[in-house]
Amino acid sequence: MIQGIPLEHFLIVSTIMFFIGVCGFIIRRNLITMLMAIELILNSVNINFVVFNRYLYPDQLQGQFFSLFIVGIAAAEASVAIALIINIYRNMKNIEVENVNEMKF
Amino acid sequence: MSMNVLMFYLFSGIILLFSLLSITTRRILRAAVYLLFVLVATSGLYFMLKYQFMAAVQLTLYAGGIVVLIIFSILLTHHITHRFKHPNITKLLMGIGAAVVGIGLVLTTILSHSFQAGTAPELPVDMTVIGNQLLSTGKNGYVLPFELISILLLAAMIAAIVIAKKEKNKNTEI
Repeated sequence: MIQGIPLEHFLIVSTIMFFIGVCGFIIRRNLITMLMAIELILNSVNINFVVFNRYLYPDQLQGQFFSLFIVGIAAAEASVAIALIINIYRNMKNIEVENVNEMKF
Repeated sequence: MSMNVLMFYLFSGIILLFSLLSITTRRILRAAVYLLFVLVATSGLYFMLKYQFMAAVQLTLYAGGIVVLIIFSILLTHHITHRFKHPNITKLLMGIGAAVVGIGLVLTTILSHSFQAGTAPELPVDMTVIGNQLLSTGKNGYVLPFELISILLLAAMIAAIVIAKKEKNKNTEI
């Protein structure tokens, strides 16, 4: 743990970051910026896992491994999402979410 | 105020400021660069918590991999001078309202709960410990999620290639 910093300060930072991500997911209308908002959310969850691990259970490593796996899943998710976005762009010439409703059958 | 505390508040300030800028800026490439700053500052927090391996993974995979991928896709799909329109006012109010309500709810819950700090001695997080735990099948072993995520990454790689591949001849497609 860091001397002089209580656990709650980390949690406040990660909470605010999480809800900034949620807000960005709602107000943005572009697929790539929505993906970036999701990355913000995942990153704040990672901070939570690591900090709980270090402050509450410093003799174990669960939190660190979970955030490692989250990073891996985020990488997989980003690559598939960007492949989809590029394919959508190729078919519809833009990637605003309002224009993607033609994907419905 | 010691150096540790100062660095923590510096990193937190960078994280909050740039994550806010990243969702409000009107230029998409700048949003990606602000996201990069957020991720690098997060890795600084991991370094301060003495999780060096996690910080290195954060730097290489997140800041190095994902942000570069996002920037590539921006360059493929946008004009560099493209600017977003302002979001309409109902969506803006809905987003801000959801964020404020959520922050209030979660922070009251967190601050009214008293966490009991662990008293056990800190486990030194070196590569031997991480490698042993990642590949062990016994107690504190993580070999099952490790194998699962390797299959997931393989599937994601194949899926990305198949989805983004150009269809050469639509008539022969099944």
